[in-house]
Amino acid sequence: MLTVTSLVTGYGKVQALRGVSLHVSKGELVALIGANGAGKTTILNAISGLLPVRRGDILLEGRSISRSAPHRIVQQGVVQVPEGRQLFPDMSVRDNLLLGSYRWPQAQKRRALREELDRVLAMFPILGERARQAAGTLSGGEQQMVAIGRALMARPRVLLLDEPSMGLAPMVARQIFDTIRGLCKQGLTILLVEQNARAALRLCDRGYVLETGRVVLEGTPEQLERNREVQRAYLGKGYKEVWE
Amino acid sequence: MAIWSPVYECMPRPELAQLQLERLQAAVNRGYKNVAFYHRLFQTTGLAPEDIQAREDLQSIPFTTKTDLRDAYPYGMFGVPLREVVRLHASTGTTGKPTVCGYTHTDLRNWSELVARMLAGGGVTKDDVVQIFFNYGLFTGAFGVHYGAEQIGASVIPASSGATRRQVVLMQDFRTTVLVGNPSYALHLAEVMEEMGVGPASLALRTGIFGGEPWSERMRSEIESRLHLTAFDNYGISEVIGPGVAFECEHKQGLHLNEDHFLAEIVDPETGAPREPGETGELVLTTLTKEALPLLRYRTRDLTSISYEPCPCGRTTARLARIMNRCDDMIIVRGVNIFPSQVEAVLAEVEGVQPQYQIILEREGALDQMEVLVEVSPQAMVDTAAALLSLQREITTRLHAALGLTPKVRLVEARTLERGERSNRVVDRRTI
Repeated sequence: MLTVTSLVTGYGKVQALRGVSLHVSKGELVALIGANGAGKTTILNAISGLLPVRRGDILLEGRSISRSAPHRIVQQGVVQVPEGRQLFPDMSVRDNLLLGSYRWPQAQKRRALREELDRVLAMFPILGERARQAAGTLSGGEQQMVAIGRALMARPRVLLLDEPSMGLAPMVARQIFDTIRGLCKQGLTILLVEQNARAALRLCDRGYVLETGRVVLEGTPEQLERNREVQRAYLGKGYKEVWE
Repeated sequence: MAIWSPVYECMPRPELAQLQLERLQAAVNRGYKNVAFYHRLFQTTGLAPEDIQAREDLQSIPFTTKTDLRDAYPYGMFGVPLREVVRLHASTGTTGKPTVCGYTHTDLRNWSELVARMLAGGGVTKDDVVQIFFNYGLFTGAFGVHYGAEQIGASVIPASSGATRRQVVLMQDFRTTVLVGNPSYALHLAEVMEEMGVGPASLALRTGIFGGEPWSERMRSEIESRLHLTAFDNYGISEVIGPGVAFECEHKQGLHLNEDHFLAEIVDPETGAPREPGETGELVLTTLTKEALPLLRYRTRDLTSISYEPCPCGRTTARLARIMNRCDDMIIVRGVNIFPSQVEAVLAEVEGVQPQYQIILEREGALDQMEVLVEVSPQAMVDTAAALLSLQREITTRLHAALGLTPKVRLVEARTLERGERSNRVVDRRTI
């Protein structure tokens, strides 16, 4: 569904990605793990059209989107839930959610919109209770639900999730991951960026390990978990052995 | 026949190409980071890992040779610390030091999967009783096949090599259905069986998965008829992994390459320039998933050609032509390039002759002399002197037609020539 080949991009003089290739097949949940600064968010921003592609290509169902404008990319169904949620704190939960559908064609509005909103609120009942509250007054976990809900309102074909568990208490993070797993079961194609490698590996069908702008490993969760470097760097295992 | 990993073996080629690109880039990044040899190679060539943007860019990386591995003896080219290497094998060093191969847990798992694909290609299932007569030890053949056969769930007999009579007894008593090992040893087994009066009909043999040395179609027919089994070829090379690189399916039209783990190139053995599909050249392999001993553009010194045409079996993976020659096999006699397999092909067409021969090269004065010793079948041995002479003349004429020069031909008794290693076929007594 989504294919990235030899992507090179960055910020000014800084080359953040040095030839990254990956793919997400329809219905797959693919995880991108790596340390801070490895380039994970950069990849998502490049896919969303927020960064210029210097070399390489990004294909959505075989067609290149690497020169498309960000709003067109959303229109084609590639939607990002950005790092840190990025809600409009003074607007209501309901309005934040409705904003997710701003790229819908006019003709489809009104009733279809109502139905979509109801679907999202059914997925996150707590948001129904808080619908009129200012989004900024919600807890971290609830805000993450709003962010995901807003993305779902855009009727995505591919969902890009950037660190959904960041800053959340472990139990709340687990709820969010359960939600994500549920979305995948419903057939959504998901690219998940996570620093919480353990959680990401438990969820995903396949994963890529990124190190300073390069993919160093690719495989199934079992294969990645078994890799000693992944264990040491991202799963916190093996410290005793390192020091022996 | 079942396909072991249809997701990978029948992957549409565009998807396979993307997977290969991703794995190639990750392998190059890891090699550059973890293997001093590759780090240096990139630096001296002025290459950076990100310069590998497409598969073709592989050609900008210099080749890795067996000499490089030998110079790094024992662990110099490993990509992981030794404590993560859980298996060590070594390929026999016929000249100079042996080359050491290492495997991590993940490498071993991948290896088992690849060998399982090979065995499944020959129809092996968990209901089979598999007798492995490769030599168990440092050689990769035995253990490689063993773990793959266990992965399939077959009942594995680690018979190892030698004690041929006992092998026959095992086949009888344990009801062996699949034999795995060298094809020349399979023939030897057939000979010993005949001596023991054990007929193939009394055994349960169904399939043979043979490899480790080049063997002709004539040899395949002979093995199949003497052992009453279907024989399949496969290709492996220790440094790259061992058995499990490429294998025949039921259509026997080339060896399916496990392309999700190995990238193959065919190059001119002299210049290293790429050759087109269908053209014979040296096989160069790049490992996409190996951790302990990753190799980029490893020259195998084996000659073959590649085809990307789809196979009726449903697998989409490329096929290698059966490997009959090594680049090093080639001998030059009086300026003429000759491959021993050419001699074998000629002998295959002659009645009364076993597929056992030896080429002896000597120099008399300034001229190379080539003598071909040919084993005669026991039946032909009791022919009249005139008949034997005519046989000798026929062989000489045919060899002349095939090779472009006329060797001396000497007929010898059956079972007198050394069996085993194919490298014994040529005895070169010429000194520079």
